[in-house]
Amino acid sequence: MAIIFNGVSHVYGEGSPFKRVAINNINLHIKKGEFIGIIGHTGSGKSTLIQHFNGLLKPTEGEVIILGKNLNDKELSLKEIRQKVGLVFQYPEHQLFETTIFKDVAFGPENMGLSKEEVDKRVREALEMVGIGEDMYDKSPFDLSGGQKRRVAIAGVLAMKPEILILDEPTAGLDPRGRDEILGQIQKLHKSLGITVILVSHSMEDIAKLVDRIIVMYKGRIALDGSPAKVFKNDKELEKMGLAAPQIMYIMKALRKKGLEVPVDVLTVEEGAKAIAALLKSQK
Amino acid sequence: MKEIVKSRGLIYEYYTHNERGEIEATNRALDRLDLDIKQGEFVVILGHNGSGKSTLAKHMNAILHPTGGTLLIKGMDTKDEENLWDIRQTAGMVFQNPDNQIIAAIVEEDVAFGPENLGVEPGEIRKRVDEAVAAVQMTEYMTHSPNLLSGGQKQRIAIAGVLAMKPECIILDEPTAMLDPLGRKEVLETVYKLNKEENITIIHITHYMEEAINADRVIVMDHGQIVMDGKPKEVFSQVDKLKSLGLDVPPATELAYYMQKEGIDISTEIISIEEMVDKIWQLYLTE
Repeated sequence: MAIIFNGVSHVYGEGSPFKRVAINNINLHIKKGEFIGIIGHTGSGKSTLIQHFNGLLKPTEGEVIILGKNLNDKELSLKEIRQKVGLVFQYPEHQLFETTIFKDVAFGPENMGLSKEEVDKRVREALEMVGIGEDMYDKSPFDLSGGQKRRVAIAGVLAMKPEILILDEPTAGLDPRGRDEILGQIQKLHKSLGITVILVSHSMEDIAKLVDRIIVMYKGRIALDGSPAKVFKNDKELEKMGLAAPQIMYIMKALRKKGLEVPVDVLTVEEGAKAIAALLKSQK
Repeated sequence: MKEIVKSRGLIYEYYTHNERGEIEATNRALDRLDLDIKQGEFVVILGHNGSGKSTLAKHMNAILHPTGGTLLIKGMDTKDEENLWDIRQTAGMVFQNPDNQIIAAIVEEDVAFGPENLGVEPGEIRKRVDEAVAAVQMTEYMTHSPNLLSGGQKQRIAIAGVLAMKPECIILDEPTAMLDPLGRKEVLETVYKLNKEENITIIHITHYMEEAINADRVIVMDHGQIVMDGKPKEVFSQVDKLKSLGLDVPPATELAYYMQKEGIDISTEIISIEEMVDKIWQLYLTE
């Protein structure tokens, strides 16, 4: 198991008038190699949840076990957890600071105390994985486009060779091409490295396209947990939680209502087009 | 109808410096841009990151000044320092991150900040704040702390703050980029309502194509120039061109596009879900 939560709650400001229960009695098992999407409206508890994944927060109640290590263990090395669990924050490009792209990506592995050769190797590998070529190594990260900057920031986390990679809104503010590039790279990483990937997103279309399993957070609890097809079937419930199903599912549902024999658990526009076209052709 | 935004040959250049502080390269973010936006129009600006959208938006609010050419806001030249406050009062701006725009500890104080700085008298400020907060449907949160609001609610407060200055035009630079689906919907419904009911010109910058479906006009930027300009249907039906510019089309249009590829005779001049469902229904009946 990559991540286990047993009855985990987190309360901010316990004993003060500002006390707030951010997550409430969460039970969760995430297997190694899973590709998970987490959705939920602002304030639903997503961020509090993922900050437990690498020990930035510890539970105020219950236990969190990350790669076999219990966060409540007094002897626990948080440094080790944070190397194994890479967390890419929102707008990670704001955290770029070095003079060259190469140096920026090298910062993490250098701090792990690795040899110069190993650092060098890891930086090259990480930059290759996010599609940044050797000709760019000596450029300033600040001269890059928004999408490129974000890829360099992700490379900085990859260079630590995490076993679990968590990305918080990796496509916010990117244009459609930048978004597709980042998502394509993440998908490739998951396939080629086999690592556990956890993606937090407000874009239902992105989540539908990529992940194997969706966890829906609502009012500090897990409201739904299952495959995209299963979770997005509950469009009315999702809307009550401030979320939605991918647009294509609404089209399929409306067609079904009119009596057309199309599948409703369609997740991408391409799939939908194929299904509708097949139905129309079979009419001839 | 009069033009609220009028640019002619608008150029903006910025420079990258080397280690010795010498100019290494000149980058042209806006390249001889001609643009007329009429009072009361709802315009959506699309374009990839770095296409010049935000640079243009910042010119409309006189945050940036042209390197060449001119930009007039309701006839006022943005190059003229004396016009600065009149321009900012006419054309208000809302930014991407709601947390960077809210400054006061209570919603009504935040909304009052603009008119207070304009020297509006207190009775009038009260009236404006009440109206602005009501217009974004946040009256019940009047005395709340903005910290506890959702992203969509915060953006609506930011919009109310601009409204209290009685602008004729609001420029929104990716106001929905950080919001969840409900927050996006709230903000979008608010700006469409302000456009319809108060006749405020809206210039909305976004990467979400479906937000442009009900606009009067869609402008696509690339390399600091306007490369497409028309009604949403006219622009979005050109799926291949938009994809080559690094952009997308609304889901309904994309569905039509892929159905064409499957050999179905369907027009890509479809942008809304309702229209798409009707169209497929008709095809089904005639087959």
